[in-house]
Amino acid sequence: MELLELQNVSFSYRDKQILNDLNLFIKNGEFVTILGPSGSGKSTIFQLIGGLQSPHTGSIILEGNDITGNRGHISYMPQTPSLLPWRTIIQNVVLGQELKAKKNYKTADEMLQKAGLMEYRNAFPHELSGGMKQRVAFSRALLSPQPIICLDEPFSALDELTRHEMQLWLLSIWEQYKKTIIFVTHNIEESLFLSDRILVLSDKPARIKQEVIVPFSRPRNEELMFSEEFLRHKKMIHDFLKEKVGQE
Amino acid sequence: MIKKLQKGWRPIFVLLLLFIGWEFTARITEIPTWLLPTPSQIFNELINGWSSVSVHLTSTIKLIFLGFVSGVTVGLLTAFILHNIPFLKESLYPLLILSQNIPIIVLAPLLVIWFGFGLLPKLIVITLVCFFPITISAMDGFRQVAPDLFHYMQMAGATKRQLFWKLELPFALPSIFSGLKISATYSVMGAVISEWLGSENGIGVYMTLSSSSFRTDRVFVAIFLIMLLSLLFFIVINWLERFIIRWKAEEKNRGAS
Ligand SMILES: Nc1ncnc2c1ncn2[C@@H]1O[C@H](COP(=O)(O)OP(=O)(O)O)[C@@H](O)[C@H]1O
Ligand SMILES: [Mg+2]
Repeated sequence: MELLELQNVSFSYRDKQILNDLNLFIKNGEFVTILGPSGSGKSTIFQLIGGLQSPHTGSIILEGNDITGNRGHISYMPQTPSLLPWRTIIQNVVLGQELKAKKNYKTADEMLQKAGLMEYRNAFPHELSGGMKQRVAFSRALLSPQPIICLDEPFSALDELTRHEMQLWLLSIWEQYKKTIIFVTHNIEESLFLSDRILVLSDKPARIKQEVIVPFSRPRNEELMFSEEFLRHKKMIHDFLKEKVGQE
Repeated sequence: MIKKLQKGWRPIFVLLLLFIGWEFTARITEIPTWLLPTPSQIFNELINGWSSVSVHLTSTIKLIFLGFVSGVTVGLLTAFILHNIPFLKESLYPLLILSQNIPIIVLAPLLVIWFGFGLLPKLIVITLVCFFPITISAMDGFRQVAPDLFHYMQMAGATKRQLFWKLELPFALPSIFSGLKISATYSVMGAVISEWLGSENGIGVYMTLSSSSFRTDRVFVAIFLIMLLSLLFFIVINWLERFIIRWKAEEKNRGAS
């Protein structure tokens, strides 16, 4: 059964059409990436799912319920860590739970342990490096009670090496928790390395122009990125992105 | 820490120089005491008259405290209401600014006519002079919440109430403290002025009595006590700020080192 479904969703800012008749579905436990160029409307999709904006037509279904325009049904991790500076790390990690359910310090401590952040439990966010802050932000999203996590280009502000480390880290944590993830990025390698399925977005107005099932088995490691199979897929997706649709 | 102490001594040193210069000039030119007393005479008067001055002083400190608490309460409540009800903000904000243009000296006698000589008119005066900086600083703080934090909280499903208590209020605290510091010094002035309305005790009363009997030395005692009170109050708020906003203090230290 589909966990999340977007049916015929259209959206525009004033007279600028951003999404046109977008359809997509996410299955339980899947890691799906939405890949598209900057400005193609990826963050807008999240704002619709998050209920910050309402689609002009179409509906958003989560676990069989229509959640169109309602907030609080997803957990979220933005591009900036967005940790509250006056809260310690542990207090930040439980924030997602606190907003929708009850705080649970036991699971939060376990999470910090796995994330390798236990020694920073009672530190303030400004004492952490960029990569560590993003790990805290992901831990917060993972512990939130909602069934699906939306990650909006979470690593794009990090340097190349840290980004790599973070991708490996994300996979290792995700493989333990197996929570459903929608990941947004404009980086082809990132999408291939992380996800089960890639939805390639067309530009203005955005539609899903191609779906790619990623064939690589898990657990994945760095070697994968240099395999022939990986590079072939990268080239293929690159071509999908470049190719103009709309002239069909 | 040592650096801080060294810096702290500088203004005190300047002050000492000033007093010494004053003392010598007054003695050499033989200015009469009722025109300008020397610092040593003022100091003597403070010590000798302490038993009566201290009564006035405690009365004023109580009044400052009550007035400040009332001003802070009114200031924060106003900010809270205006921030959460945009309609009220649009219609009342300009009036708030007008309230600061009321000349207190003119208003004060009216308050006595309306409310008598009790505590109430005095509290109104102090509240009127010290709620405004708090309201403005709190509203600015609420409004300037970092957009990415706001966006995260909304996406995570925070309710309006959670947004206020978990994000806007803590975010505004440093700004609110700036307002508190200004109000703290205002409240001392407000208390002295309100005592002119008519009161049995208080530095304001002591001051008017002294000046009408040409006891200039006592007027100066009052002036210095008022300055000292303002300074002490400011220091207390500053200390409270450091205690409450620890995450900021540490940020600053890191930046400096
Ligand atoms: N608040 C807004 N008002 C008007 N246009 C907007 C607004 N937010 C985003 N847009 C436009 O919508 C398009 C999609 O934005 P966005 O979803 O942020 O893209 P992406 O996340 O894929 O980079 C962009 O062209 C952007 O200029
Ligand atoms: Mg975006």
